Amino acid sequence: MCGTCGCSGGAAIQLLAAGHGRRSSADAAVHRHDPGHEHDGERDGERDHGHDPGRDDAGHIHLQGPVPGDRTVILQQKVLAKNDELAQRSREWLRSRGVLAVNLMSSPGAGKTTLLERTARELAGKLRLSVIEGDQETALDGRRIQAAGAAVVQINTGAGCHLDAAMVAEGLRALDPPTGSIVVIENVGNLVCPALFDLGEEAKVVISSVAEGADKPVKYPNMFRQADLVLVSKIDLLPYVDFDTKSHAADLRRVSPGALMMQLSATTGQGMQGWYDWLRRRTPAPHE
Amino acid sequence: MHELAITEDVIDAVTGRLPGARITCVRLEIGALSGVVADSVRFCFDLVTEGTDLQGARLEISEPSALCKCRVCGSEFAPDGPVILCPCGSADIAVLTGQDLKITSVMVA
Repeated sequence: MCGTCGCSGGAAIQLLAAGHGRRSSADAAVHRHDPGHEHDGERDGERDHGHDPGRDDAGHIHLQGPVPGDRTVILQQKVLAKNDELAQRSREWLRSRGVLAVNLMSSPGAGKTTLLERTARELAGKLRLSVIEGDQETALDGRRIQAAGAAVVQINTGAGCHLDAAMVAEGLRALDPPTGSIVVIENVGNLVCPALFDLGEEAKVVISSVAEGADKPVKYPNMFRQADLVLVSKIDLLPYVDFDTKSHAADLRRVSPGALMMQLSATTGQGMQGWYDWLRRRTPAPHE
Repeated sequence: MHELAITEDVIDAVTGRLPGARITCVRLEIGALSGVVADSVRFCFDLVTEGTDLQGARLEISEPSALCKCRVCGSEFAPDGPVILCPCGSADIAVLTGQDLKITSVMVA
């Protein structure tokens, strides 16, 4: 972990595309941060604590004088303040560039990578797509996306069960997405932990595959509650699996009344046009 | 097990705000709808604080229950689980309290 800002140096970040086969990792030699990420004079934690007596410009609290016994220091600080602040910086950077970022989440095996492979192939020449690929280990998924024609940064989280804002900020820097393009952040396959971490995305998309069963929205409500779009995937398997589309839709409404839902199959292509239209509607026009 | 990363964030936040101070107690608020399991944070705390300014510190966690308001019938109610439904049947809910995950205070030697 970076001793200065606490960003996760344990993750290995590898650029798989853009022609040069460059590798970067989060070790000290190449450790850099997202655009606009400064350590000097920056404030951590809450934004409104700059004028308190006993705090310097960096937000540090300096205890003055001898203190008899233990004393209480009120912090009232969000635990994820640093992550959320980094995420917000990435979001502003992406907006200023005219780049749409989507956080794609699901359980392992729901079809995130297959969806992106087909998306990269079918949108080639129409919409610029690049991918930040998160997995605990291997660059297998990154290679698949790369072979489909998209620029990829592979992040291996090691022991980590989710991507965080620091990993994504460094991934964005390596990826250097062009204006008017889409970055899909394929999170680690997991319906629990990724729900807590803002990555700087514009929208959260959750995949629920028919092979997993219809009860996922109520079993993992924290994840589905935040979804802007839920993709019901692998619908080509509907004749072969016990998946009640009506109860799935009803459960999703209970957990997330505002989420949009689409059914598709990345194997047959059925329903993919709706997903492409959804992406196209949100992609900013290229900046001059 | 995001509680490990969450607990590391707690250590970083405290040492970042109070560099060099010897911390004897950390007080957290983990709301019922925060998505974090307090027992898992307790499990991780001693492991993560070892070798830091927080080593040996006591961990106190308050777990405030959630309060929600129905946007359809307007009543306020405490949800009985993470799937939030108003007794009137509506799922159109605003969460008033219970989502916070924060460091309320620390004690310094």
